[in-house]
Amino acid sequence: MSTSYTNPLRDPNDRRLPRIAGPCGLVIFGVTGDLAQRKLIPAIYDLANRGLLPPSFSLIGFARHDFDIEEFAERTKAAAKAGARTQWRDSVWDQLAGGLRFVPGTFDDDAAWLNLASTMKELDQQQGTGGNHAFYLSIPPAFFDVVVSKLKQHGLADPDDDGSWRRVVVEKPFGHDLKSAQKLNAAVAEVFPRESVFRIDHYLGKETVQNILAFRFANGMFEPIWNNHYVDHVQITMAEDIGIGTRAGYYDGIGAARDVIQNHLLQLMALIAMEEPVSFDAGSLRIEKQKILANARPPQRLDLHTARAQYVEGWAGGVEVDGYLGEEGIPPDSLTETYAAIRVDIGTRRWAGVPFYLRAGKRLGRRVTEVAVVFKQAPHLPFSKLEVEELGQNALVMRIQPDEGVTLRFGAKVPGTTMEIRDVNMDFAYGGTFVQSSPEAYERLILDVLLGDPPLFPQHEEVELSWRILDPVIEHWARQKRIDTYPAGTWGPESADKMLARDGRRWRRP
Amino acid sequence: MQIELNDTNASEIARAMVKARIASGSPAMDMVLTFVVITDEDGVADALRDATDLAKEHPARVIGVIRGSGRGAATLDAKVRVGQETSGESVLLRMSGQLVKHAESVVLPLLLPDSPVVVWWPGEAPADPAEDPIGRLAQRRLTDSEASSKPVHALRAVARRYEPGDTDLAWTRLTPMRGLLAAALDQTRSKVRSAELVAGPGNPAAVLLAAWLEDRLRIDVSLTEGSYPHVSEVKLHTDAGDVLIVREADTTTFSVPGASERQVPLVTRTVPELLAEDLRRLDADDVYESTVKHMLEKGTR
Repeated sequence: MSTSYTNPLRDPNDRRLPRIAGPCGLVIFGVTGDLAQRKLIPAIYDLANRGLLPPSFSLIGFARHDFDIEEFAERTKAAAKAGARTQWRDSVWDQLAGGLRFVPGTFDDDAAWLNLASTMKELDQQQGTGGNHAFYLSIPPAFFDVVVSKLKQHGLADPDDDGSWRRVVVEKPFGHDLKSAQKLNAAVAEVFPRESVFRIDHYLGKETVQNILAFRFANGMFEPIWNNHYVDHVQITMAEDIGIGTRAGYYDGIGAARDVIQNHLLQLMALIAMEEPVSFDAGSLRIEKQKILANARPPQRLDLHTARAQYVEGWAGGVEVDGYLGEEGIPPDSLTETYAAIRVDIGTRRWAGVPFYLRAGKRLGRRVTEVAVVFKQAPHLPFSKLEVEELGQNALVMRIQPDEGVTLRFGAKVPGTTMEIRDVNMDFAYGGTFVQSSPEAYERLILDVLLGDPPLFPQHEEVELSWRILDPVIEHWARQKRIDTYPAGTWGPESADKMLARDGRRWRRP
Repeated sequence: MQIELNDTNASEIARAMVKARIASGSPAMDMVLTFVVITDEDGVADALRDATDLAKEHPARVIGVIRGSGRGAATLDAKVRVGQETSGESVLLRMSGQLVKHAESVVLPLLLPDSPVVVWWPGEAPADPAEDPIGRLAQRRLTDSEASSKPVHALRAVARRYEPGDTDLAWTRLTPMRGLLAAALDQTRSKVRSAELVAGPGNPAAVLLAAWLEDRLRIDVSLTEGSYPHVSEVKLHTDAGDVLIVREADTTTFSVPGASERQVPLVTRTVPELLAEDLRRLDADDVYESTVKHMLEKGTR
């Protein structure tokens, strides 16, 4: 096998041929867990159904269960069927099932690791996975350490020969503060080279990132106003209408800021604020995002420019729901926030004086993620006060989900003989009913890992820089003895409204 | 909303479209292309259904053109539909008399401003798609040689007149098979010396597949007739051993040297799926061009 083989049937001009991953296999640790069952396995099925997995693809499940292979195959099939986005075809499943293996055991059981090693070898020979394997750590972060070191100990982390690869996928949260993130990074870096580590933030699908990049840098008309001459402030919102549901064990003690602001919202902020990268390769993009994250500061007055709260019982979308403290498995004295809002300032020439307001929460009005760039009012309005009474600030809203698209909000004259100006919306949606064929975030993530395409995953510097921004906020909150509340189904606590009111601004209703 | 117009003209049709759009609450504001379907009374129902399905992935203004008899007075009837389970809008034009020779004069004013125009002939294609009066309005011209009474002949005819922007659906149908063959070489990583194909008689996709393999791999490909209507068997002789793909109905067996034989799904796609693949890119398909050029150089097969 030589590394220099170029496949004559692949031509960069041939845009029809799908980018199928080369021969490879995926090992999922924690395959019986919620994430694997609900997301990963269906995504793998959908990829196979779309013909994007190589014929040799194989899947090894590793978990602490005594299934035999039939039982495992049955369960996996049921999970795939339940979660599949695309049409169910038994022929596709049968193909996948041919490469399905199960390795029972715990992480400290060396026999299980030997079993895993021999299963991988066997697949290389029988299925033709060619020594290429990705390890998906779909397990609590507390176990990352031991799994990674066992992979090392059993020689599974190193490729067999120069032509093959080993990769590892780590899910967020990447630590719970700067220190733990650094520790985690060190543990992984000791075993895998940085280009083999894939940190996945499934909230921020690659499609979204690329949409933002295309919008900002493929157009000439937005960039000239994308700065503090024209932009008044930016609001980044991630709202969920659901409560914590069955995630109590994970969520309590973590909270909204660590759960999504640290990774998802700060990444969105970096994409919105960064300078134009010199190219869209992994390195250039990372450099620009890092500049923003390195120059972003938490507010100086943490008491004035942050807000946190918990939902209390109320009516959300026509259903009476419990408050956070009433959810199963939450200690009655928990101070974990389910809503967090912070102001971030970016110290660059472009953004000086333009605050970025980040908010995230559960049990809010509706499920929505968006970035609203709010513009300054025109310096002079040649109208009477009455005429522009209903005119707000122009805004450009990038809707991330649901219904991905762009909304432009501007003033227009109300038809009629009087001069009256009111705000109107102009909407663009990524292709109408297009949703049915745009891939699920996990599908693209898994495919990128198998293709070895890392550009848009944050690397450890970005993770650590994000913690540096958030750590002071979290420490400030940790010193508080009480927490604000908001009724479920509303748009958050009064303290968050006051936080913006202090700056003479108010939250958009998304 | 649906509006029928008899003995009408393009500006009345355009007015009707605006009216229907407003009445339906403007569902069709973000259309990305105009999709012109040229068909006849027998094929119109299927063709419009396929085109509307396609509009789910690519919100489009669909213009169906039926050229009727060339005799008698020039008449134009139209049926405009907006909303109603489509994400775009559609208008069906029925022409007869002298007008059938000037169909483009109706289509031109109905094209969406600025956005691309695609023409599809679901049945027999014109002798020269790029020079056809309506074909000339379009960036992309889609023919379907398999729908012709003499498929291979039809494919060669459009290939001789190839202009950038032309493709034939026989080529689109090949994509999954081509993807599988590329994956086989990803795995085998070995030089291909020759290849054998088995396909149903007069199958244009098989002729294209043979030409593509010859062109890309610089080898000779033999094509023999089988009983399955499409490409049923592909064998690549490589230095490492044979790559073999055998297809029967919906099951396909795939074997490459050094790995055990496997079943792979290679499903037959519907026409809207094929069209959607074609419209994902609106620039010229260079690989198709190179393949049909090779096919013509090679002479009759």
